[in-house]
Amino acid sequence: MAEAVCRPRAGGGRSRPRGAGRASATAPRRYRWAAVPPVALLGLFFLYPLGLVVQQSLHPDTGGTSFRAYAGVFASASFRDALGTTVWIALASTLGCLVLGFLLALVIAFVPFPGARAVARFADVYLSFPSFLITLALLFLYGTTGIIGSFPFLATPWGVLLAEVTYFTPFVMRPLLAAFSQVDTAQIEAASSLGARAPRIVARVILPEALPALAAGGSLVLVLCLNEFGIVLFTGAKGVTTLPMLVYSKAILESDYPGACVVAVVNVLISVGLYGLYRLVSRRAGA
Amino acid sequence: MSSGIRFDSVSVAYGGNVVLDSLDLTVEPGEVMALLGPSGSGKTTALRAVAGFVRPVSGRVFLGERDVTDLPPYRRGIGMVVQQYALFPHLRVADNVAFGLRARRTARAEVRQRVAEALEMTGMTAYARRHPRELSGGQQQRVAIARALAIRPGVLLLDEPLSALDARLRSGMLAELARLHRELPDVSILYVTHDQVEALTLADRIAVMDRARLRACGTPAELYRAPADEFTASFVGGANLLPVTVGSGGVDFAGVPVKVDTAGVAAGARATLCVRPHAVGLGEGPNRLVGTVTEVQWRGATHRLYVAVGGQVVMADLRELRDPPGFGDDVALHFAPEDAVLLPAGVSRG
Repeated sequence: MAEAVCRPRAGGGRSRPRGAGRASATAPRRYRWAAVPPVALLGLFFLYPLGLVVQQSLHPDTGGTSFRAYAGVFASASFRDALGTTVWIALASTLGCLVLGFLLALVIAFVPFPGARAVARFADVYLSFPSFLITLALLFLYGTTGIIGSFPFLATPWGVLLAEVTYFTPFVMRPLLAAFSQVDTAQIEAASSLGARAPRIVARVILPEALPALAAGGSLVLVLCLNEFGIVLFTGAKGVTTLPMLVYSKAILESDYPGACVVAVVNVLISVGLYGLYRLVSRRAGA
Repeated sequence: MSSGIRFDSVSVAYGGNVVLDSLDLTVEPGEVMALLGPSGSGKTTALRAVAGFVRPVSGRVFLGERDVTDLPPYRRGIGMVVQQYALFPHLRVADNVAFGLRARRTARAEVRQRVAEALEMTGMTAYARRHPRELSGGQQQRVAIARALAIRPGVLLLDEPLSALDARLRSGMLAELARLHRELPDVSILYVTHDQVEALTLADRIAVMDRARLRACGTPAELYRAPADEFTASFVGGANLLPVTVGSGGVDFAGVPVKVDTAGVAAGARATLCVRPHAVGLGEGPNRLVGTVTEVQWRGATHRLYVAVGGQVVMADLRELRDPPGFGDDVALHFAPEDAVLLPAGVSRG
């Protein structure tokens, strides 16, 4: 029925004379079927498993529906430790990335040196590297049989922090470099002729204009750090447990599937919440 | 606060490309000097050398008695206003104006007082709490001027300050700038522009620049009445530049004898006769030229005639004619000998 009503409107040409706006508004309708395969794939390979995870977290092995698994996990010290570790490492890494990324982007954008553009390009390429590669490099340098020597801190949260800051900093630099390219050099010159030296110009002219980009890059890095698995697995595996690590150990090592699913759900909720924040911020930044 | 600017053989080059070629120029304390020239003539480079944003490859820049060539911009104490305002978008008008004072760590009470003073002077007091994006172009430029004046500079650099404004606003701002200068008689102003009207209106003296070099420097009246070369004549005020051969007591233009002061030019030499279009009259008179009208432009208060005389086009600006000649009509033109100036022939482009 609905189809019969729709067809004359879309194809009957009655709306055609109303102008281009109408025509362009109806054009995508014809290709709506094109959305079916991706949505189906998304449903099959992402939403369905996600649903299973949520379902599993509510159905203990003993049968029935209950929040017992939640109560059990929330009560356990290992979960609370992992949550705390995850959050502080993610926050500290984000802060480190923001500071380091801001300084590096500042130098690349405003200090003329040969190869500045190449360095900016390299930051782009860096984004495509797998995260464990950086960790592996750090292990080669500072690990138990490292080139520079054995530094036990790699297996501590500080090692994870170092690796995450190293790997995620370019994610902050990217939006910052874009923001810096928009800064009007005439403003910097005006500030300079008004008597402001470099630190004041950075703090009062450049930083305020880069704030939206900093917020966007920072929240992206925060989400990525919360979910980081590879880096933690390679560096801190023995001493550091984050939520993704906890999921892994519960599911694979302890075969506690409901427990693993509960932790996963918590992780997903935190990520989705932060992603919402990221979208909000990046939309305001115009990114 | 040091006032006055002196360029001592200042040259600026990027790579091998000379953009300012040994400029010698002095701006007296309290003087308004216009740097007038087409784009690429080096006028903005000269201004930026004073501000400290370009380093001369040779020569020195002085502010008053102080050699500032090696000083960074923030230690020169110069007020600068540019075409695109360059206000800080996240700061309110009052904070924009206070920026320079805060950078100098001026006491808070004095900052407030001097911001109020600068806003008052530019008529922007009512807008102190606004952000730049909430202001029109003219208002933004006033804020930029207030911001530059708040630090009480001895030297004010204006880089095409009115070019981003529309024509009506521009003449209003021109009057404003003239008033500001009367209120601040000690401030030297270097005013970069490509607009001869702005230069003639505002400047005590005009420096005409072309292709990285200073071509002429003098009061607007000197440059207008007795230009030194063809470029200056055509760039300041517009002019008929007619090729002539010098005779005794006059010149020969397209076979017509023309009376003009030929002092200092050898007979038989080629020269260029410079006559302002508004000095050319229609009808009989001294120095009569006969030709054919090739174009008539009505400009409201005036008519401009283009008249072909012996293969050359002579422009005449006439007070609005009740009965203007038409295309193809034969007309007689004339001009007084004292309204014509003889220039050296064709050493520069027209």
